[in-house]
Amino acid sequence: MQADLCRFAVMTIQTMPPVRARLRLASDPQAVRDGLRQLLAAAPLCDLSEDVRGSAEIVLAEVLNNIVEHAYPGFAGLIDVTLDYSHPTLSFEVVDTGHAMPCNRLPKGELADLDDTVELPEGGFGWFLIRNLTNGLAYSRVADRNTLAFWMDAQ
Amino acid sequence: MELTADLRGEILVIHALEDRIDAASAIQFKDRMRELTQTASQRVVLDLSRVAFVDSSGLGAVVAALKALAPGRKLELAGLTPTVQKVFRLTRMEQVFTIHDQLPQSLRHAS
Repeated sequence: MQADLCRFAVMTIQTMPPVRARLRLASDPQAVRDGLRQLLAAAPLCDLSEDVRGSAEIVLAEVLNNIVEHAYPGFAGLIDVTLDYSHPTLSFEVVDTGHAMPCNRLPKGELADLDDTVELPEGGFGWFLIRNLTNGLAYSRVADRNTLAFWMDAQ
Repeated sequence: MELTADLRGEILVIHALEDRIDAASAIQFKDRMRELTQTASQRVVLDLSRVAFVDSSGLGAVVAALKALAPGRKLELAGLTPTVQKVFRLTRMEQVFTIHDQLPQSLRHAS
């Protein structure tokens, strides 16, 4: 009886453990590409549905590319990514020590008008995608550190 | 950024042979598209069936390739994989491009 109870307890823990992945990467586009590959290939992302993996990859790519381009423009820095999965929520925290967001606020991320084919936008999609694919976002600037936290449903 | 082109009648088919069009490759993609689309054709079909991921820089590069074509010349897309399709759908770029589920059999690469 005791042994059975133990087995049940172990199984419960194995089915729904909180899983964490951490990655430190350099602020350049190739390191972002390699970092995304590593995160997607490891737990928890490797175990989730293609749909959730796709959304996570899009949001992470946009957040990391923004840091490379705007927080560390023309100089190198480090980016720390922490990803926590506790069913059913996937939470992310991304930290850098580059420039702050303008006015310490996150961009709105509105799509430009698509009616005019001549003036079709070639950019401005990043924050729109981030906001569209996440359930919440929080940004803070403390001392020289930017911290962006965001989360999404993993169901 | 490896892209190859085949002229099939009036249609120039361009195959993207790498699995990502992203911030690391968007500029090369734009330059290579500009070279390949010098070949005259009414329609250009970009085969994206091997591309698993496009970020906003990659999306911008595909839009730039469309805008670089002469007026009246169209850029069509084929074979969008699920995550690429999601990026095009959410940004409403599905309205801007003619998108084929897959490249018609007659236009597939001989190899």
